[in-house]
Amino acid sequence: MDQAVPVLEVRNIVKTYGGVKALDDVSMTLVAGHVHCLAGENGCGKSTLIKIISGVERPDSGEILIDGTVQAPLSPIDSIRAGIQVIYQDFSLFPNLSVGENIAITSQVANRSKFFSRSKARDSAATIVEELSLNLDLDELVENLSVADKQLTAICRALVNDARIIIMDEPTTALTHTEVAYLFEVVNRLRERGVALLFVSHKLEEALEVSQDVTILRSGIHIVSGPAGDFDRQSLTKFITGREVREIRHLSEPDHSSHPLLSVKNLSLPGAFSGITFDLHPGEILGITGLLGSGRTEIAEALFGVRPARSGSIEVDGHAVKIRSIRDALKARIGYLPEDRLTQGLFLEKSVGDNIIASSLDTHRSRFRVLDGKRVAETIGGIFDRLKIKAANVEAIVRSLSGGNAQRVVIGKLLATHPRVLILNGPTVGVDIGSKEQILDILRAEAAAGMGIIVISDDAPELVSVCNRVLVVRQGMVAETLEGENVTIAGIQEKTAA
Amino acid sequence: MSSLLSNQGVPSIINRLRGANNEGVLLLVLVALVLTIGILNPVFFSVSTLFSVLRGAIVPLIFALGVLIVMISGGIDVSFAAIAIFASYTTVVIAQDRGTDPGLIVIILMALFFGVVLGTFNGIVIARFRLPTLIVTLGTMSLFKGLLLAYVGSKYIANLPPSMDSLSTEYVMSIPQEQGTANLNVLVIPVALIAVLVWWILSRTMFGRSIYAIGGDQEAARRAGFPVVRTQLMIYILAGSLAALAGVLHLILGRAANPQDLVGNELDVLAAVVLGGASVFGGRGSVFGTVLGVLLIQIINNSLILAGVPTAWQQTAVGVLLIVGVGIQAISAKRSSKKLVVTKTLQEQS
Repeated sequence: MDQAVPVLEVRNIVKTYGGVKALDDVSMTLVAGHVHCLAGENGCGKSTLIKIISGVERPDSGEILIDGTVQAPLSPIDSIRAGIQVIYQDFSLFPNLSVGENIAITSQVANRSKFFSRSKARDSAATIVEELSLNLDLDELVENLSVADKQLTAICRALVNDARIIIMDEPTTALTHTEVAYLFEVVNRLRERGVALLFVSHKLEEALEVSQDVTILRSGIHIVSGPAGDFDRQSLTKFITGREVREIRHLSEPDHSSHPLLSVKNLSLPGAFSGITFDLHPGEILGITGLLGSGRTEIAEALFGVRPARSGSIEVDGHAVKIRSIRDALKARIGYLPEDRLTQGLFLEKSVGDNIIASSLDTHRSRFRVLDGKRVAETIGGIFDRLKIKAANVEAIVRSLSGGNAQRVVIGKLLATHPRVLILNGPTVGVDIGSKEQILDILRAEAAAGMGIIVISDDAPELVSVCNRVLVVRQGMVAETLEGENVTIAGIQEKTAA
Repeated sequence: MSSLLSNQGVPSIINRLRGANNEGVLLLVLVALVLTIGILNPVFFSVSTLFSVLRGAIVPLIFALGVLIVMISGGIDVSFAAIAIFASYTTVVIAQDRGTDPGLIVIILMALFFGVVLGTFNGIVIARFRLPTLIVTLGTMSLFKGLLLAYVGSKYIANLPPSMDSLSTEYVMSIPQEQGTANLNVLVIPVALIAVLVWWILSRTMFGRSIYAIGGDQEAARRAGFPVVRTQLMIYILAGSLAALAGVLHLILGRAANPQDLVGNELDVLAAVVLGGASVFGGRGSVFGTVLGVLLIQIINNSLILAGVPTAWQQTAVGVLLIVGVGIQAISAKRSSKKLVVTKTLQEQS
């Protein structure tokens, strides 16, 4: 190990929000040229710690040291001037400005520039992009970029500000395998430049792969810190959740006796996918994986009628059905959990109960065609208990819930419609490891009760843990079907990237 | 990880002509409108029509530039007309009370002072208390107008100070015509300078770029260290000053001060700015587009009648243009996002 130079130290940080301790005596040291992984469940205080380091929040007590000197409480601009850059999960880029301007503009803010020169901004952006040998079109508007390119833009922006400490909040959540591999390459180049990185991630393998140091928080308490080599997936999980989480392949038993629940033949949509053929039996959990843009999402959307297929046949329960709209899909009792649940799946300002019942109002009407309050309450209560949603009660506003619980509410909304086939796109994206296992348990239970479930995901461990079969989609076609013992993490990753 | 939609060959030329906010399309519409009116009634093609359209655009353009700045930052200002009439009428009343003409420069400085005060009020309420801009300016519009009528006066003033009055017949260009003379008022020069100044502020100063940044994503701007509150305050002060100046020019051109004037005609200005490509959601808009939008609405309001279109249909025309104009933008945005998905898929396949 090289000589460790601490660039940033936080010591004994305490932060209280309305009597609740969000951080209780947390300390951490970032070293130049090292990636430090900050791990913990949703709500464990990671975000608060980032906010304190970036000057957005002030700690109640505790010290922040930069290069060994104790700092006065930081403001955002102080923090930027000290060389600290946060790459937020939403990147905090300006969608209406060009890549070049996005990269250059914040350093000009920090320098208190009065004037702006487009060509100079472009030049300084170009320098960084070249140094990292990236392929970014500096003149393109950020809103037209892919997620991965947005992230690279955010990284370049951090570097233009001479960042010595870069904090990345969930940098890999929206990326595919190849993009993650590329990001890690860039991260290694940053390390060579002597940048200290703080990496917040729910994806433990990735975090372990890229980090040299690890700090784990649980409920605002500093649990452990140490070199990454001292941890493995198992021990990390235990420190994070505070309990043993079983991570074995635990499958439901599909019922092959009757005809398949869903039978798809030669489904095609020009430009998206072609010749998709598979069966889904009651009690089966089928995984569909592939790179972003491989057609995996489009297949799900076609089955749910969002963007209907052009040709091919779909049978539900042995009967041919035509799915031309979402209404057709709902009538065939197909439920769909969209990729971006916050914008597509939830009414954030409404209560848990309202959200659960939102899709099944039609089936909760009394003789007079008005809502049957008693049955509505029964359904909501039943699902609330069945999914073990952690909220004060069903009146809680969804926005106030953690990622894992919000996800349960969306699943609850789907279950309230009594679907036969449930299609979930990225069911555990952005969900911490404890909640993740519980969500997968819910899926297992529903499958055991006779439902057919399709999970679309690029999280290989998750697919291995619940799926009976996994279809690997490449260029809009099923390139591989993994079954039984062939469903392994390595197998999925290899076939996906091939 | 190549960047998508790299503009190559023909599309890039089309894109450049179209402009970042469809200014090119607007220019085409403007040209088509001018040609149509001219073909239907050749009288339209005359120097006097051109000069009268330009004269008519003086006040709306200054208003529109203020509205543009606010709109790029993600807000909507409807109080500009009230600020304009408050500042200019009050200035005239003060000048009259003194009995002597204080001179044009003092009059303008005085009006700007009121514009800055009222703009600051808007800015403080909006930036400090983070209230929705439309509601705040709707409120201050009534507030300023009410204060004006209650405390300053409500009577029509027909004789302005001589320094103001004389400017209304000061011409930068006079061209003899078959009937009379076509005169171009001298005020088009300061207005053109102000348009250039606003363009320079928006594209060449950090203040201008921070307006775009705040309009693009306010939270991101805060995180990036932009002084969001201060910038917003400055935006409304600038908008107030522009409105006050427009008010003075309006009185000069109208040769009278009527406190009941201006308020009620805000929507044509908002329509011009939106037609000019500014987004009501913020982050987008240009001075060039706004100039085109103002000219387009001026021609519709003043010259469509030459093509035999009844007055009642002028309003309709503005309405149709607005809906079609904004609709085209929304649809083309949707198209390009769809195109993005397909391009990406194709690229990954190749």
